[in-house]
Amino acid sequence: MKLPETDLLQSFNNAQHRRQFLKTSAMGLGASVMGSLLGGTTQATAGMDTGFANKTGPKAKRVIFLFMAGAPSQMDLFDHKPKLGKLFNTPLPDSITNGQRVTTMTKGKEKLIAPSMFKFSKHGKSGMEMSELLPHLGKVADDICLIRSTHTDSINHDPGKTLFCTGTEIPGKASMGSWLSYGLGKMNQDLPDFVVLNSAFWSGDKSNVQALQSRLWGSGFLPSMHQGVAFQPAGDPVLFLSNPAGVSRKARHKMLDLVSGLNQKHFTEVGDPEIQTTIAQQEMAFRMQMSVPELADLSDEPDHVYDLYGPESRKSGSFARNCLIARRMAERDVRFIQLFHRGWDHHVGLPGKIRGQAYDVDQACSGLIQDLKQRGLLEDTLVVFAGEFGRTTYCQGTLKHDQYGRDHHPRCFTTWMAGAGVKGGLTYGATDEFSYNIAENPVHVRDFNATILNRLGIDHNKLVFPFLGLDQKLTGVDPAYVVKDILT
Amino acid sequence: MIKPSSIFAALFVAALPASAEVTFNADIRPILSKKCVQCHGPDAEHRKADLRLDIADTDEGAHRVKDDVYILKPGDLENSELWYRIITDDEDDVMPPPDSHVKGITPEEKALIEEWILTGAQYEDFWAFVPPSEPSIPEVSEKQWSDEPIDQFVLAKLESKERLPSPKADKRTLIRRATLDLTGLPPTLDEIDAFLKDTSKDAYTKLVDRLLAKPQYGEHMTKYWLDLVRFGDTNGMHHDHYREASPYRDWVIRSFNDNLGYDDFLTYQVAGDLYENPTTDQLVASGFNRLHLIIDAGTALPEESFAKNVIDRVSSVGTAFMGLTLQCAVCHDHKFDPITQKDFFQIYAFFNNLDAEPETTGKRSGPDFRRGLQKPFLEFPTPEQEETRLLLKADVIAASAQLRAAKALQQASDDANKSDKKIKTLAASLKKAEETLEKHIITIPGTLISKERDEVRPTHIHIRGNYDQLGDIVERDSPHFLPPMPKKEGAQNRMDFAKWLIDPGNPLTARVAVNRLWQQFFGVGLVKTSEDFGAQGEWPSHPKLLDHLAYNFMESGWDIKDTVRTIVLTEAYQQSSKAKPQQFRDDPDNRLLARGSRFRLDSEVVRDQILALSGNLNLELYGKSVKPPQPDGLWETVTMPHTFPRSYKTSSGDDIYRRSLYTFWKRSIPLPQMTIFDAPSREACIARRERTNTPLQALVLMNEEQYFDAATYFASDLLKQNDLPENKKIEHAYQKVTSQIPDADTTLQLLGGLDTFREFYSEEPKLAADMISKSSKQEVREIKEPGKQAEFAAWTMLAHSLLNLDTTKTRE
Repeated sequence: MKLPETDLLQSFNNAQHRRQFLKTSAMGLGASVMGSLLGGTTQATAGMDTGFANKTGPKAKRVIFLFMAGAPSQMDLFDHKPKLGKLFNTPLPDSITNGQRVTTMTKGKEKLIAPSMFKFSKHGKSGMEMSELLPHLGKVADDICLIRSTHTDSINHDPGKTLFCTGTEIPGKASMGSWLSYGLGKMNQDLPDFVVLNSAFWSGDKSNVQALQSRLWGSGFLPSMHQGVAFQPAGDPVLFLSNPAGVSRKARHKMLDLVSGLNQKHFTEVGDPEIQTTIAQQEMAFRMQMSVPELADLSDEPDHVYDLYGPESRKSGSFARNCLIARRMAERDVRFIQLFHRGWDHHVGLPGKIRGQAYDVDQACSGLIQDLKQRGLLEDTLVVFAGEFGRTTYCQGTLKHDQYGRDHHPRCFTTWMAGAGVKGGLTYGATDEFSYNIAENPVHVRDFNATILNRLGIDHNKLVFPFLGLDQKLTGVDPAYVVKDILT
Repeated sequence: MIKPSSIFAALFVAALPASAEVTFNADIRPILSKKCVQCHGPDAEHRKADLRLDIADTDEGAHRVKDDVYILKPGDLENSELWYRIITDDEDDVMPPPDSHVKGITPEEKALIEEWILTGAQYEDFWAFVPPSEPSIPEVSEKQWSDEPIDQFVLAKLESKERLPSPKADKRTLIRRATLDLTGLPPTLDEIDAFLKDTSKDAYTKLVDRLLAKPQYGEHMTKYWLDLVRFGDTNGMHHDHYREASPYRDWVIRSFNDNLGYDDFLTYQVAGDLYENPTTDQLVASGFNRLHLIIDAGTALPEESFAKNVIDRVSSVGTAFMGLTLQCAVCHDHKFDPITQKDFFQIYAFFNNLDAEPETTGKRSGPDFRRGLQKPFLEFPTPEQEETRLLLKADVIAASAQLRAAKALQQASDDANKSDKKIKTLAASLKKAEETLEKHIITIPGTLISKERDEVRPTHIHIRGNYDQLGDIVERDSPHFLPPMPKKEGAQNRMDFAKWLIDPGNPLTARVAVNRLWQQFFGVGLVKTSEDFGAQGEWPSHPKLLDHLAYNFMESGWDIKDTVRTIVLTEAYQQSSKAKPQQFRDDPDNRLLARGSRFRLDSEVVRDQILALSGNLNLELYGKSVKPPQPDGLWETVTMPHTFPRSYKTSSGDDIYRRSLYTFWKRSIPLPQMTIFDAPSREACIARRERTNTPLQALVLMNEEQYFDAATYFASDLLKQNDLPENKKIEHAYQKVTSQIPDADTTLQLLGGLDTFREFYSEEPKLAADMISKSSKQEVREIKEPGKQAEFAAWTMLAHSLLNLDTTKTRE
């Protein structure tokens, strides 16, 4: 599947890059987009970058990223370790921890094994193992690829999420969605390219909830037009969307007519094409005033669709509701849709809290995949599910068979992907018998991100932006590898 | 080895324009840096073939001859291995290697390299590391334009491209441009009037001097500085709790207004605490070293947090004062610049010795926590506050003594019941006394400052940048590729480092500073990458002009106002920004300076201007940050439940109309009205802002509460001009917003618009009533008669339309 050229042409015409595009400089991506637009011939790209397209071509038109903020426990959801039952309350062998650094919360304390209290079973034709906390997700096991060997560098939430979303732990870099907006341009006429949906509430942990920083969807060094637009659970879905009291849509129309006329006149006198961009952006804002409420208004969704996503989808601000809105965005060609669901940071009292969290996301994720599939959208939509790291096999706090907590664990955790040519039913990678170290096929966060870019037809080494003397990349300075084994 | 056939490849290489003169620094170094130096450069660990192309000399350098193979043979393409390697189509030999992810060398670049080898393949010292000297003023043909040296440099460049400068902008454009550029506010009608009436030759000079003397000048300059040093009102990590450094911000404002020399301005910040008897200002300024992000205790490892803080501190010195990306050398030698990892840790050693905890308190209580302070800090109690504190402290001591005595008595006595009751009462009064004291302390303002530890902490290189893998010990010193620091007895300290930064022999400090000033007035710096003067930064558009400015900046005693004044008095600055669309397309950033620059106002200026036009702007100077209105619930959906403060409480009274500079900056989620217009989050040092043009910006201008409310004030003001006919009222409004008199056609369009709005609102009386009921101006809300309401709504929409014009948000 390849993006039709008219789409690209449109994206070029509509991209708000304006000055970037107009530059003849060899720097930057505007030139790359132009290069591919013009067929990538050497004449057209003389003196310009030759583009970032990979050899596979785009398999995904859009991405829905389900970010589980706080870091879910892999061994209570996805990474089955049946042998640990016998090791309850025994110390984790030093040979396994190998002097690795841990957080201040469990540093210097004895590491006693806490086996998961949840039962696992096999699902689908593939027999993918998941815990009893995810009965609905099991139904789509043959559509998803479980990656049990994801790992990261960070042991704390703030840097961990920043690394996942922007490629480094240090604030100031561009987030994944903003890279896509920058690189691929606009795919629709009246909605943003990159939308963020944060759950307004969750069932798991209410007191220990980690913050989300707007840098996670910020544009960093890229122009701010590429930053994610965070939809609000209450009030205007997009900030400042509604007209003030006393200004109806008709009044707004009349006002913009006047303003556009004056701007156009000014353009003829001053000559700066930037004025025309302003006119276009005011028109786009006017269109968004229609399209966004239409998008957020779910009254046309029939009951059977709500039933797919579960009862929570009827509550405004829920993760399930946001999954349903995400599908509507996918239909409307929003390129990158990122959901953040908080409440996964279960240092103590994990069993009760994770039940709540699993309730929030299980049916919703499953419903999203089924819904996309039945509409033919899963073919070219990549759905990914990940937290910033995993959790320890050893206990933090009280340890009983049905009561335990887990600390942060960067060395292995489970993520999954679905759609857009990712092998469904595959369980990829493996951890050791403790779910502590990776036993095979490690996938670093940057490999994970490189794989997402690959699905969009992008070579992660070539989507670059010069800043601070470096060709900046989403995957950072260390080498990253596309996980080809999981792709069809 | 060279294959003869490959020479023919040169035939297909694009030809160079006949007039071009290839220079190493301008033409060749950028190519080598971008495409070769990553593997053949300063980073010894990753260097391939023991070859460096960033330097000519030494055994690794590009002029070496090894086994009779020349990397570069001056004048001889055929025997220059480098040439063969870039033109060959042999996949094994061609450079850069096809699998290296480095883009291939373009035909244009090959043409430049060809010409360079043919004309001698000479290297030059890297321009930014050679101290600036006063260049000779170039000869120009057009003698009438200007005598000012800056203009001569600009003109010489224009003439070399066979271009002429644009005519001078009209006086109305000039006063609006200068007032916005120097104070961040639009001129008032009276100011415009006075300037137009002043027909003396030096009217513009007088205007500039008047603007430079306004306190709003210092505020406006400060805005840029706060981006550069990533000033915020919260810690920026994890809980992102409140912190207090507004006295630092106020010191910056005063410094610009008092025209403190840049040398002192820098030294106070880097090392103000190390003066023999530091003044309050010097201590407050030293808070610069505390502006980095900091995590609250409890989750991260303190040793790691410590290292992160120091790296952040050093990076900010690199970006703000040196224009270098020092942080690239934390893990390895810099790939493009000669900054070694050792260089980095030599500078690190100056900044790793503050007497401060690496993390803020994990406890969410206590007076210091609640006023955002963490040791070391400086307090500014009034004498009354100090006296009250002493009295309240005495109360606590007395209450605590009474309690102790009662407890002692209880142990000796038998009547436990009776004394229990007494102890409870006494404990309660102690608690009350403590609370009263705490409540009082919170009212005493303070600010974070630097304080050096007595002992020097040894500094190790962090192997591969890992804070827990320590390598060799390094001593405090300047980087090896820049002029050495003078030797002295004992260890060098931050003060020595500051002195070294402002030494006239330092090639970077003055250039980096004047370049940012230039950027402020032309939209783009002479070096576009104002944060990076290294090899990956951009070669200056006018190298000699930059040196002229830098040299004279130092000669003037680092006089910022004088430099600003000189720049805005040039003819180059005063050119009209009108041009043909094609000229904008050919030179969108106006690097050639063939016209005046035209660019969108910064977020703060956009807002302050609207407040000023509504008559609401509160010009109070200094003080704690304030919270103007923002949409409800923004913090709650993303912050942690125990974040302090938890929710956004809009300020009361006139505080919501303070200049945007004073806006409370929560780094994890700053005021959206600011970030939507490209204000940075202040999590990292930013030397230049992007300027985008987006639908979200259009939505802010159309719908944000304060921005729309301003139109009702504006309309109310217009409707009071009873003596003016309608077209004059419109002229008055247009002039107030744009500083221009509308031409007949514009007036006609506006009159037409007004009639449309009138017609609309007389048919929609409920909408008019709605609008009026929501105005924050009482006088407006008192308009009750439907006809008057419609009339008022129509004028509000007219004013609102003017506030949404492209020209309004643009400095022309």
